[in-house]
Amino acid sequence: MMKGLKKWRLFSLLAALTVFLAGCGQEELSTLLPAGQVGQDQFNLLMLSSAIMLLVIIVVVIIYVIAIVRFRRSKLGEEHIPEQVEGSHTLELVWTIIPILLILLLAVPTVYYTYKLGDVAAMGSVDEDGNAENLVVDVTAKLYWWEFEYPDLGIVTAQELVVPMDEKVYFNLLAADVKHSFWIPAVGGKLDTNVENVNKFYLTFEKDSQNLKDGVFYGKCAELCGPSHALMDFKVKTMPRADFDKWVIAMQATDKRVADAATSQGEQLFQQSSCIGCHATSAVGETGAQGPNLASFGDRNRVAGFMDHDKESLKEWIVDPQKYKPGNKMPASTHFTDQELDALAEYLMGLSVEK
Amino acid sequence: MSSVAQKRGFGATLWDWMTTVDHKKIGILYLLGGGFFFVMGGIEAMIIRIQLLKPNNDFVSAGLFNEIITMHGTTMIFLAAMPILFGFMNAIMPLQIGARDVAFPFLNSLGFWMFFFGGVFLNVSWLFGQVPDAGWTSYASLSIASEGHGIDFYAIGLQIAGGGTLMGGINFLVTIINMRAPGMTYMRMPLFTWTTFVASAMILFAFPPLTIGLFFLTFDRMFGGNFFDHTMGGNTIIWEHIFWIFGHPEVYILILPAFGIFSEIFSIFSRKRLFGYSSMVFATVLIGFLGFMVWAHHMFTVGLGPTANAIFAVATMAIAVPTGVKIFNWLLTIWGGSITVTTPMLYALGFIPSFVMGGVTGVMQGAAPLDYQLHDSYFIVAHFHYVIVGGVVLAILAAVHLWWPKMFGTMLDEKLGKVTFWFFFIGFHMTFLIQHWLGFWGMPRRVWTYMDGQGWNSANLISSVGALFMAIGVIVLVLNIIKTSVKNERVGNDPWGDGRTLEWAISSPPPFYNFAQTPLVRGLDTFWIEKQEGNASGLTPAEPVMDIHMPHGSIIPFFMTVGMFIAGFGAMFRLDYSWGLPLLIFGLLWTFIAMSLRSVKDDLGYYVKKEDILKDLKRKGGQN
Amino acid sequence: MDLNKKFTPETWPENPEKATLEAKNKFVGFWLFLGGETVLFATLFATYLALKNKGPSGFEFTTQGLFELPLVLVMTMLLLTSSLTSVYAMYHLKNYDFKKMQLWLAITALLGLGFLMLEVYEFVHYVSLGFTYDNSAFSSSFYTLVGTHGFHVAIGLVWITLLIFRNAKRGLNLYNAPKYYTFSLYWHFIDVVWVFIFTVVYLMGVIG
Repeated sequence: MMKGLKKWRLFSLLAALTVFLAGCGQEELSTLLPAGQVGQDQFNLLMLSSAIMLLVIIVVVIIYVIAIVRFRRSKLGEEHIPEQVEGSHTLELVWTIIPILLILLLAVPTVYYTYKLGDVAAMGSVDEDGNAENLVVDVTAKLYWWEFEYPDLGIVTAQELVVPMDEKVYFNLLAADVKHSFWIPAVGGKLDTNVENVNKFYLTFEKDSQNLKDGVFYGKCAELCGPSHALMDFKVKTMPRADFDKWVIAMQATDKRVADAATSQGEQLFQQSSCIGCHATSAVGETGAQGPNLASFGDRNRVAGFMDHDKESLKEWIVDPQKYKPGNKMPASTHFTDQELDALAEYLMGLSVEK
Repeated sequence: MSSVAQKRGFGATLWDWMTTVDHKKIGILYLLGGGFFFVMGGIEAMIIRIQLLKPNNDFVSAGLFNEIITMHGTTMIFLAAMPILFGFMNAIMPLQIGARDVAFPFLNSLGFWMFFFGGVFLNVSWLFGQVPDAGWTSYASLSIASEGHGIDFYAIGLQIAGGGTLMGGINFLVTIINMRAPGMTYMRMPLFTWTTFVASAMILFAFPPLTIGLFFLTFDRMFGGNFFDHTMGGNTIIWEHIFWIFGHPEVYILILPAFGIFSEIFSIFSRKRLFGYSSMVFATVLIGFLGFMVWAHHMFTVGLGPTANAIFAVATMAIAVPTGVKIFNWLLTIWGGSITVTTPMLYALGFIPSFVMGGVTGVMQGAAPLDYQLHDSYFIVAHFHYVIVGGVVLAILAAVHLWWPKMFGTMLDEKLGKVTFWFFFIGFHMTFLIQHWLGFWGMPRRVWTYMDGQGWNSANLISSVGALFMAIGVIVLVLNIIKTSVKNERVGNDPWGDGRTLEWAISSPPPFYNFAQTPLVRGLDTFWIEKQEGNASGLTPAEPVMDIHMPHGSIIPFFMTVGMFIAGFGAMFRLDYSWGLPLLIFGLLWTFIAMSLRSVKDDLGYYVKKEDILKDLKRKGGQN
Repeated sequence: MDLNKKFTPETWPENPEKATLEAKNKFVGFWLFLGGETVLFATLFATYLALKNKGPSGFEFTTQGLFELPLVLVMTMLLLTSSLTSVYAMYHLKNYDFKKMQLWLAITALLGLGFLMLEVYEFVHYVSLGFTYDNSAFSSSFYTLVGTHGFHVAIGLVWITLLIFRNAKRGLNLYNAPKYYTFSLYWHFIDVVWVFIFTVVYLMGVIG
């Protein structure tokens, strides 16, 4: 009796633990709080498969517990020789057929969703005027940052993907150096960025990122790509279509931007030093830059994808990027004076299209 | 080793072990080698968990972390789990089928030395400070881009070790096909022998692709090949296919012998024959077969297209059926039995819920669209540790306790064994259960560190504390082994009292010729049958006592492997130093000459005289 | 096993390649080994097909432009014939006619050597055209596939030469008969692989 009681205590403890663990994570990066149809489909599949699997676990555990409680030698006596059962065709048939049925139950939606999520037929379609019907984003993964080109809109940005809500956004994925993988956990599953071929898929974004803790969804690199794989984060800003259109127009105007008095020294430094060689400050253009496009740097949520977005971090980053993101391609810039660094930071933080 | 204890110098003992072709001794060597690498891999695991203990930790640097995870995975799979299982296959399988040795004792020794030197080659990379850092999968674009000689150590080290494994596989297959005792039909073979058989067949067909893949990698990195360089027309996805065509069967090569071990344990400690023996055999073969059909489920996110993904998804789920059959057969084996919870049985009982967890998460990942979320997240880390630790490592630890008396003639301490189990088991679930949720919460795998504020902190802390528990468990096991060896209380033929198969019918450890007379097998669990019928000697002989033919020991396997080891360094330093190429040629020549020596010099073996066997028998009171 | 035991054609067992347990083991083991080799070559073939004609931008080599069937045809004939002569050798092995067996095996080896030399000539020719190993993915996969086969031929040649000379003085016995037999198995295997290379690489390359 005491033994049984102890077991029950253990079980309730386990149950409590399970409930505690079943937390859903944080809204900006948890797959359990899907923020779009793709993620929702995958979440539904998770729930279905978990339910089926839980059923299996429960059946196994029940038989198992009864068996190890009932058939102990201490109860049956040291001399007891059990009947040497050969097997049972009926039973063996039962536990072959029932799993097959359970698997079928899971296989049908699996196949359905595989085709549904793999459908990119609408990607290249154009309306009567020859304009693309759907938003397409070309993603290029590089050591260790992300470039986002909007080929139909003629703009490029980096590190922070901006997308409209409630429509399918199509992606072309490619890696420029080694293989990476593009993953926005809260919005939908990942797809690899291979070096030799373009992968295509779509996602839909159904939550406004404004309401999130940091105002952005978190994106991750999900394929080991070198020392700073862990730091190859990006962010995703979602907004209603109207706001997105405004953002696009502002981005398209960044090539005519002029610096004011407060930032002109920084701009000069930026252009005289080698910064401009890798980093464009205009969003108009194409993919293929050496370093992230900085046209909307001031609007971003992080420096280098993961550091706090303030002037202090920015200055530290400029002076010694290798210290913070080992293996990245940006050279150290130790020749700036403090004052120059301040000016640079001031200038970069002012590169905004949203303010 | 003669059954009469002899005092010998250290040099003579060392020479004996270096030249041995006795399957039992090679089994012990595998256990030692694998155990050593297991501890290495375990230390690496602890460093990983210390680094991930808290956010923004800087216990190890980013590059070093990648080296550690790569070496942890590679070491555990190739240098710990497989060799230890090979150790048991070597030591036990021939006894289970009533054979006096394996089919190719010389190759057996060669296989061991190749594993060992391959493993040493891989780990020497630490001394050079150039360590493999592209993950145990070494995906091509990164492994080609990786600087230094790290990946070269990986490619060459695994090539050498993999060759040894392939030899072992063929050896076990031929042993089982040709050397079963009279009456030991296929459908009377113990399940551990069966799983050895199927796993060996899988090795035979899975390792050649790895060999080729590693050659491609070697050629690309060291000899100007372009297999994986897309600017030269190459394709990195080829590596992924080749790696997983090997890699997925590899998982089953590990888990099937584990299933075999647990099948033996359930049966022994429930005092009941295995429920549904024939369906167990059938399920084993089916799993082995299906294991080759599902490799692309590791590549759902590579972009193979929905049709390929759908096919491989369904094929993957199909494997759940034979695996489920096995689980229920085990449950029905203990059902109605007479269960005694010894240490091995404790592991077996712990295995069922652990492995079921790992199995069902596997099916979940088989659902391709769901896998887009779970792939390369911490969920997958949790999943494969649940199957490999919850399946293979628990089996290895169980087998260590189960067969220790058979291999060394003395029992491991049961109390300490149970302490090990509880530390390890609780630590295991603590470490890995929570990692499923880390995956759900968006944490990618193979990350060196993580930022604060993503909700991952406490889960990672729990996980790291769990790892500490596992480490304590292993330390207790090591203490147990030391204590047992010092005490050295000898045991009889059937120390557990409920042995069912042939290995328990002979002395512990067995004489070097195993069976004084080849036994006649009269059914499944033949030793059990003899015991039930009151046969005191435990087996029915199939032949009179006569001279026994045994193979000679040989140092050639050791030397052949040294040649490969040298050639490996030559290949690696060919482009750096002028002596590289000559060294490569020298090493290959060395190996080749040693091999020719073996071929040219006749080795006919020798005979153990009938009188000596009779003397041995008499000393043991007429028992085998 | 007694090496000095003398046989006559009458007392020589019908299947000397599996007359002892060691021989049986060798026989089964070698078949299994060839199974593994099949997978090994299958991987090479698959890779070759995936990378066929692939190179850097502006790559000029193609299977059509490169391969010359007549040369390859001669090589094929040489190797096929050598397979046949090894069958004769095995026939004499079973008849316990040591001298004839050695003779046929020597012919086999010579034919194999001829094949190998033509292959070396072929490779040298391609390299002189600029089709070097590091030229492209196509060249890497071609040389690796065909070269691995050539390497197998070379190993076979060394093997049979060692066997012929090692046993020249002492004749056939149950210890070396399985060694001869496994060699012939091996030789047939590399012959079959060559048939596939001839078809997949050369024929389909030039015609397909």
